[in-house]
Amino acid sequence: MSAPITPGAPLRPLIEARGVTMRFGGVAAVAGVDFTLGEVELRCLIGPNGAGKSTFFKILTGQLKPTEGTIRLRDTDITGAEPHAIARLGVGIKTQVPNVFNGLSVHENVFVAAGRRKSLARTRAIVDETLTRLGLTGIARSLVGQLAHGQRQWVEIATVLAQEPELILLDEPAAGMTHDEVHRTAALIREINRTHALIVVEHDMPFIRMIAKTVTVFNQGRILVEDSVDRVLADSRVRDVYLGKQAA
Amino acid sequence: MTPSRPSPAVGLSLLGFLATLALGLAILFGAPRTLDTFGLVQCTGFAALAMFGLSQGFVWGFAGVMSFGQAAFLGLGGYAYAVSVINLGDSTLPVLIAIVVPMLFAGLLGYFMFYGRISDAYIGVITLTVSVILFQLVNATSGSQYRIGAAELGGFNGIPAIPALNLPGHPDEPLDNDGLWYAAMGALVLAYVLLRAVLASRFGRVVVAIRENETRAQLIGYDPRLYKLLAFMIAAGVAGLAGCLYANWGGFISPTVFGLSMSAQVIIYVLVGGLGTLVGPMLGAVLIQWLIIAAGSQTVVDSNLGLGLVLVGFVLLVPQGLVPVVRGLLLRLIERRTPSRPAPEAGGALATERAR
Ligand SMILES: Nc1ncnc2c1ncn2[C@@H]1O[C@H](COP(=O)(O)OP(=O)(O)OP(=O)(O)O)[C@@H](O)[C@H]1O
Ligand SMILES: [Mg+2]
Repeated sequence: MSAPITPGAPLRPLIEARGVTMRFGGVAAVAGVDFTLGEVELRCLIGPNGAGKSTFFKILTGQLKPTEGTIRLRDTDITGAEPHAIARLGVGIKTQVPNVFNGLSVHENVFVAAGRRKSLARTRAIVDETLTRLGLTGIARSLVGQLAHGQRQWVEIATVLAQEPELILLDEPAAGMTHDEVHRTAALIREINRTHALIVVEHDMPFIRMIAKTVTVFNQGRILVEDSVDRVLADSRVRDVYLGKQAA
Repeated sequence: MTPSRPSPAVGLSLLGFLATLALGLAILFGAPRTLDTFGLVQCTGFAALAMFGLSQGFVWGFAGVMSFGQAAFLGLGGYAYAVSVINLGDSTLPVLIAIVVPMLFAGLLGYFMFYGRISDAYIGVITLTVSVILFQLVNATSGSQYRIGAAELGGFNGIPAIPALNLPGHPDEPLDNDGLWYAAMGALVLAYVLLRAVLASRFGRVVVAIRENETRAQLIGYDPRLYKLLAFMIAAGVAGLAGCLYANWGGFISPTVFGLSMSAQVIIYVLVGGLGTLVGPMLGAVLIQWLIIAAGSQTVVDSNLGLGLVLVGFVLLVPQGLVPVVRGLLLRLIERRTPSRPAPEAGGALATERAR
């Protein structure tokens, strides 16, 4: 699908945020963020509670219209576009607070996600493939509302994959998962990243180490540092904001 | 804001559908053979109101749209039929007009509500208000200056002597009581089958998915506003057809069809029969109407009080409504008789129902 990436070559930006600010009343949850992600890049986004990570995701997916700044997806300006329009351009998101169809079965959840503007045969193929890939075949007929939290996270990831996006945003995908599930999630993310660009928000540092190459650190709505995972995790400023915030 | 239902959305199993269809057809052909004229005419009225219940059950239970002024569309359908059949003579086109006029009105109203991002609760208020406004408007049309062609609207007195349905092309041969029964009950069965087909289609699945989680539906690329608008219009068309049948049943229509009590009654049909089912609202309509008649023909308790008590009892004792409760019992029975049968690959609804 995407052209192979030569290491060291400059990545063509897939999504680009310029000067993005989101104010709620007097508080700027996101303040002048410049952010660029290349094709088939995997980026981890970390930062203390309230740093603005989820708000940034909501802006990227059209759930919030930024007070200032622009977002470009390839050549399209998507600033303030409707969420469904952005989704159709190939952006999928697993939200921090699970958004699934609780009253429908696992199968139906994935079917609805897979089926937009596709033939029935193609839809069915995507559904089968996605359920198998995420190991959900055994519970395909269960109501999603009755599943454990970890399983519902997987269902939500399945709906995101079934929609066949090019850019996948995962907001705390490992939250509430067992040790085993966290490992499987990490493996899955690495596998998805072979063909797709991802931005992953997580607080779980061991998990970040499992998947990350480049890490962007948010703090108080701004980007604090952006560097390779080793350098970021060794950075004393990063430790300070994390410790400072968590102690507070 | 939609009350949560334990039942999975895309409906009954195929089995339930076929059973309902068979029952509907049995009633359609059996009633004229077993009931006297009085009973049959009464049942024709029940069929019209069951159709009204169907429309409320669809829009509220499946699309999750709190359209609480559904009487607006019932009334528009009834009046559209009356006015056009008085002017045209042949009833074929007026039946279509009775469906299309409420749909167009719903299209306009729905466009402003859904695309204007009105919240769920306010949609309830707005639809209810619109039905009350229509009531007031039509109520104020007394006098011969308020006429559409040959049809005088008649204000609170309504329109009397509305010509009954006729076979296409034979306006001088209106249907008799049997014929009206077949028309009303046949239309009800047809509307049920069509709505089931809509819900089984991909469009219907998305409508139900939006009811379950609008944000998720948006995030996978569906525009909820469009789907809600279309579902709202479909329900309005069904209510309009119910209004047409209702006008045929009495040969008369008055502003009370737009009234608050009409909108309230249809909500009660749905609550009693079961939100999130199509069969429930139809059964609820028949049950409530039958109770109203039965309450009116006895003298022990005041009929309104009696009906009120029945409703309160229902909401407290059977909050999910009749059909979901019965269905749950049946499923449990089946489960007990066939333990550990593997879930079938197709027909997800059946399996998901068993799962609860
Ligand atoms: N809709 C809103 N209205 C007002 N304030 C908001 C709103 N959404 C977020 N905020 C505020 O914006 C700030 C950033 O919130 P956000 O959820 O983006 O943080 P986060 O980095 O995702 O945190 P966490 O790691 O806890 O999920 C917080 O102070 C939050 O209280
Ligand atoms: Mg967050």
